Amino acid sequence: MVEYGDIRVVYRGGSKINFRKPVISNDSRFLLCASGESVKVFSSVTEECVHELRGHTGQVTGVLLRPSNHLQVYSCSTDGTVRLWDFTDGILVRTYVVGYPVYSIYASLNHKEVVFIVTPVCVFVFAELFQLVAVNLPQTPDQLVEARDLSAVLSDVSSNPSTIAFGRGGEYLASVNNLKMEIYFFKKNKSYSFSLREYTKNGGKNTFTCIACHPKDDCVATGHDDGKIRLWRNFKQKKEYTYSTLHWHHSAVSSLCFTPEGTNLLSGGVESVLVQWRYNQENQKDFLPRLGAAITHVTVSPDGALFSTSHSDNKITIIQSCVKVSAVIQGLVKGENVTTGLLVDPRSKALVLNGRPGHLQFYSLQRDKLLFHLDIVQQEYIHEAGLEQFEVVRAAFDASGLWLATVEERKQKSAELELNLKLWSFDEQTQSFVLNTTVSAPHEARITAMCFSQAADSQTTTLVSASRDGHFKAWQLGLPAHTDGTQEWPSWSCDFVGAYHGLVPRCCCFSADGSLLAVGFQEVVTVWNPTSWELLTTLSQPPGDVRNLCFGQLSCSKYLLGSNNKKMVCCWNLLTCSLEWSTSMDVSLLLVDSRSENMAAFCCQDGSTDLFVFKPSEPRPLFSQKAVCSGRVIHAVFTPREVMLESSEESSQWLNRSQLYFLTEFMDLLTFSTKAEEEKLMASSKQLVIDDTVAMTPFYLLLGKHRHEHLGNEESAERTPLPQSSVAIKELLQTPAHVLPATSFLCSMFAKSLLISVTETSFMNSLSVLSAVAVKL
Amino acid sequence: MGEFKVHRIRFFNHMPSAIRVMAFNSHTERLVVARADGAVEIFNFADNYYQEKVIPGRDGKAVEALCWVGRRLFSAGLDGEITEYDLENLRPRNSMEAYGGPIWTISSNSQGTLLAAGCEDGTVKMFEVLEDRIQFQRNLSRQKGRIISLSWHPTGSQIAAGMLDMIKIFDAETGHATHRLLVERGLQRTSNSQEVVVWSVAFLSDHTIISGDSAGKVQIWDGITGTLVRTHLLTKWDVLVLAVSPDESSVIAGTSEGTVVQFQFISSTVDQQDKQWVRTRTFKSHSHDVRALVHTDTAVVSGGVDTQLVVRPLLDKVEKNTQESAMRKIIFPHRNLVSCAKKAGLLLFQFSDHLELWRLGESDGNGKPGDRLPVKRNPEKLIQLKRKGEDNICCSALSPCGGWLAYATVSSVRLYRLQLDNNISINKVSKLPKELNSVHQLSFSSDSSKLFASSILSSVIVASVKELECKYLHTFKPPSDSRQPVHLLSPSEDGNWLATANTGGEIHVFDVHKLKLHCSVPVCGSCPTAVSIHPFSCSLVSVHADQQIFEFSLKQKEFTAWSRKLQKQGMHPLWLQRDAPITRVTFNPNNPTHILLHDTSMFCIVDQILPLPEEKTRFYNQSVLQSLSLGERLRNSHAFKVYRNFQNLLCVDLMEDHSLVVVERPLLDIVSQLPAPVQQKKFAT
Repeated sequence: MVEYGDIRVVYRGGSKINFRKPVISNDSRFLLCASGESVKVFSSVTEECVHELRGHTGQVTGVLLRPSNHLQVYSCSTDGTVRLWDFTDGILVRTYVVGYPVYSIYASLNHKEVVFIVTPVCVFVFAELFQLVAVNLPQTPDQLVEARDLSAVLSDVSSNPSTIAFGRGGEYLASVNNLKMEIYFFKKNKSYSFSLREYTKNGGKNTFTCIACHPKDDCVATGHDDGKIRLWRNFKQKKEYTYSTLHWHHSAVSSLCFTPEGTNLLSGGVESVLVQWRYNQENQKDFLPRLGAAITHVTVSPDGALFSTSHSDNKITIIQSCVKVSAVIQGLVKGENVTTGLLVDPRSKALVLNGRPGHLQFYSLQRDKLLFHLDIVQQEYIHEAGLEQFEVVRAAFDASGLWLATVEERKQKSAELELNLKLWSFDEQTQSFVLNTTVSAPHEARITAMCFSQAADSQTTTLVSASRDGHFKAWQLGLPAHTDGTQEWPSWSCDFVGAYHGLVPRCCCFSADGSLLAVGFQEVVTVWNPTSWELLTTLSQPPGDVRNLCFGQLSCSKYLLGSNNKKMVCCWNLLTCSLEWSTSMDVSLLLVDSRSENMAAFCCQDGSTDLFVFKPSEPRPLFSQKAVCSGRVIHAVFTPREVMLESSEESSQWLNRSQLYFLTEFMDLLTFSTKAEEEKLMASSKQLVIDDTVAMTPFYLLLGKHRHEHLGNEESAERTPLPQSSVAIKELLQTPAHVLPATSFLCSMFAKSLLISVTETSFMNSLSVLSAVAVKL
Repeated sequence: MGEFKVHRIRFFNHMPSAIRVMAFNSHTERLVVARADGAVEIFNFADNYYQEKVIPGRDGKAVEALCWVGRRLFSAGLDGEITEYDLENLRPRNSMEAYGGPIWTISSNSQGTLLAAGCEDGTVKMFEVLEDRIQFQRNLSRQKGRIISLSWHPTGSQIAAGMLDMIKIFDAETGHATHRLLVERGLQRTSNSQEVVVWSVAFLSDHTIISGDSAGKVQIWDGITGTLVRTHLLTKWDVLVLAVSPDESSVIAGTSEGTVVQFQFISSTVDQQDKQWVRTRTFKSHSHDVRALVHTDTAVVSGGVDTQLVVRPLLDKVEKNTQESAMRKIIFPHRNLVSCAKKAGLLLFQFSDHLELWRLGESDGNGKPGDRLPVKRNPEKLIQLKRKGEDNICCSALSPCGGWLAYATVSSVRLYRLQLDNNISINKVSKLPKELNSVHQLSFSSDSSKLFASSILSSVIVASVKELECKYLHTFKPPSDSRQPVHLLSPSEDGNWLATANTGGEIHVFDVHKLKLHCSVPVCGSCPTAVSIHPFSCSLVSVHADQQIFEFSLKQKEFTAWSRKLQKQGMHPLWLQRDAPITRVTFNPNNPTHILLHDTSMFCIVDQILPLPEEKTRFYNQSVLQSLSLGERLRNSHAFKVYRNFQNLLCVDLMEDHSLVVVERPLLDIVSQLPAPVQQKKFAT
């Protein structure tokens, strides 16, 4: 990603876990999946994330169990490296630098220390041409290895990793791309290709979508765009090949997988049904329906006990023996568009946005976990193309997190707009939001903006909603009413309806203390007193409609900032009611950090977005970065940090108290991270390397410290006569056993280090160490 | 192209009969098809799938099984008789009662010495095949329940019989049953008590037995140990028929759903020898039951209740994108069922059990090309004539003047005198010459004074018809010693000549006045499908099954210059790719250079003046020519003017008033008369 000083744009939290096929460990205890720039190791039983394998600096594009060691895993990334990890402990074992972006990775037991990767044919020209390349991984004990021994195997392959598969024992490799299937036999160094016509007579599309090879027989299963599965056999001839067709899916087959013994074939598609076909008895098939969302990947554990399906709503389902869903790992749900924007729940500090249809999701960024879904619409969602249904379009929290306001709407083509404003109060007992008031048709037209008054200490909370019908309405909580001895909950009602010359309000904003309300009516910004509802002043900077409005915070609270659609940003001083400064920028989003005076502006320029962080009172921006990401940034939010960062550098100080998250056009959640922060993260994972032999139990905490001191004394006593060999011994003792090279390899090195010793005692000492090492190995 | 007034006729309710059983002779490459009405048709696969011979059936004689023994053809049916056919005279040669009740199946051993018949009473009867007949040899040990299907082991030592609920393996030497393979009853259908019928068995040379049964299973058995190897469930309904490829690497199964499923014997891993039967392809070319299947070296031939014969080449055995790899559907017979009385405007339609005589409608309107003319008089059915006796009609003829009508069955010929002036009358000519007894083609001369009939030993009988009297005149004997039946008779318009063609590919021209052979056309490899003599130039035009066209001058007794030019240049590839044979050649008296040809999907006017199409030129260019200017049109037109607006043509003929009679039989009308197919779940219904 783009570097700016020591601040980097990174994927952290809420990234896709359905991007690539997950991998299940040999003992079925762990599930590994690529997630942003790291590989996450989930427990397949508890659904918890056990480790996060960090180190890649680009998006991870593939995870693969090392065929020769089932405790290690390869990962590849667009940063041009292949990394080998020990996933049980979360240690990076080795980094192979390939030098080209890697899009997927394959390996087989037949090819020792060779991995097959898919890279673009030409790095510098943006072309959709990819090739499959064999990479010889050099066997050196170094941490960082250059792997430059590349040899092309197949050209013209697809970058989609499910289109290439190894056949029986790695003897051949099958690849599909578009309408062509190519099978490459390693022994003969010969490939056979088979192509299909684009459309069948009945109008089915024959395009290949995925491939799977039978582990025992020479049979290749391919999925197609029209939902057919073809089983190819006898493909060692150019002509006498044959295939049979299975057809259950009604639209494209997205993933295929054989079970390890080859008795079953699993397939999945948009129907969100996992289909299990009996191999050679294809008439008999089993279904696991209602998996929630379209299946994107299907995998099977190496022992065949667990299946896992990845879904389009960023979810991984773990299934036991094709009958029971045993665990669901849910990532941040990303729909087609986020209409509510990004919000932060003040109470749980969770990120809140649209989730499942008709729901709001609460996502904890710190723990990188979906907390819960809040059903807003409370209606059954009907899966049907073209059916308009209620959608949550706006949401707002008040400062204390006690109240949540949501707006849902449904627009059918011929009918009038249906709008509902719902107010939810937080129930301490159930620790969730409870519906308090439903206002149906609060406005006559679509609601454009909604906000709560910010002051946390005020007795009454006010909600302001602005609508296209030319009004803004203020809503207030009524007094608790006592009728017939039963206490009714106070409900919300309309307090004031405001308008300004029939103009359409586009945005509204409360000042930090709640004493002022600014409403942007097209070109005019009106400032109101929310207690008496009188219009205090109007500010205007034509031409251009005001798009964003926000009040300054803390020491800058006298400023009101607004951006308009004519590429202008204005800052008004509310004390003088005059324009303080203005500058020409195409700001798509203006944000204020509630913890500091800082403001962030995302500017769109030349198809990419630039970020400026500034204080309204200062002329120089605190931080600016060009080309943060491609496309427009429409949603962003400052989230408070749990632990404050101590950063001295000026350019990164704005990240000390809070973090800035933003959503790109492609629904990637990105954030900014400083070097110090990354070092801290890396350190926490490094720590594991040293302490991996001893579990951190309370017992250890009590006794371990004491033993440590004891050991330290002993060691210092021993070490004195052997200062030269200490490096070798340390390397032997402190590297995990399974990472070490063969003992025979180490022995000479070790013996060499011993040669330098002079005294007899030290030799004896080192001998005893050697025997200890032998035992450990 | 010329303008014609067209009678577009759709009231010929021709209904082909369902295909019941097929057998293929790989030495002669002849496929024999038996239909539900008992008719037996022989197709020559070496000659562009041309339907060479048709032997009509008779009432109450349904053919259940067919079997080639060398070049001899045997059939058996539920009437309990085994019949041998005389393929030269197109009639049953002899029949023999098997005395075992209805016969379900017959099968000959690979040596062609024995014929086994499976009977209703549970016996497998062995017949010895002698020179001129078959002789009962013995019964294999009698079983309970009927024998439905039989299959010999290729060595002839064993025979497998499919029965109800089981398959029995007999030792052909001793006649004892050696194995009893129990077939499981249907799992899916609710009534478990229903017996499962083993509709078909196949005994392979490695002692594998493959069976297809009424529970929808195809099962693979080890014939040595008698154990079940594998079960493939194909359908909820029946697997009706199995066929094995000659090299035994592939088996196809036909089901009630209209699908044909292929199984292939392939090794599971590339380099190893352990092969197994794997279900591979599914062909869906029928809407109804597939009752008959043949697996040739390169193709799957299937037929069933939907009356179509489908030849689907296996793409892994033939070269792709060639004429050989195209699928063929044979729906209509390759012979004429319609006779036209050109002068009287009458049409005679031939059905298997009756004849219909229609008078064409009239219109006096004029219009632009493509217009519908108003009908002044509707066409009317004048006569419906039921055939006498049990035998089905094999041929019929109507004289050009409309005064005579003749039809023939296997056993007899009937001639009628028609009076159609104001009150219709039909009188049978009672005394026919005794030479007219076995006839398979009839035709009247153009002046309606003579009746030509092709008879036994490739001869043609000439009889004169006059005033309720029919007199034998002469018998034309072929100069060669060919014994193949004459299937085409074409008297010339001027009454001087008679052209005959037989299925051996010979064409002879006889002088009708001198009653002797005029000349013989040199034999080409392919069988003629239509011949006709030009009324003015006295040249004979013949069209063959391989789509070649020849023109032979009767005066010079040699091929004409145009014909040689055509042969030299070769036909256009698109012309050769058509899959139906030309069934009629006519001439336009107004335009002597025009030859009118038609097959089931198009009709074509060949203009001998225009240049022949090159291989590169656009062949079907009529719609393009319409849009061009006159000069351009002349420059771009070529000799073959193909008109494809009429589909499923059974007859195109030119009447004397230069109106064109086009008899169509839309496929939809045929489909609507078929019985309902089995219930199938269709997605999204």
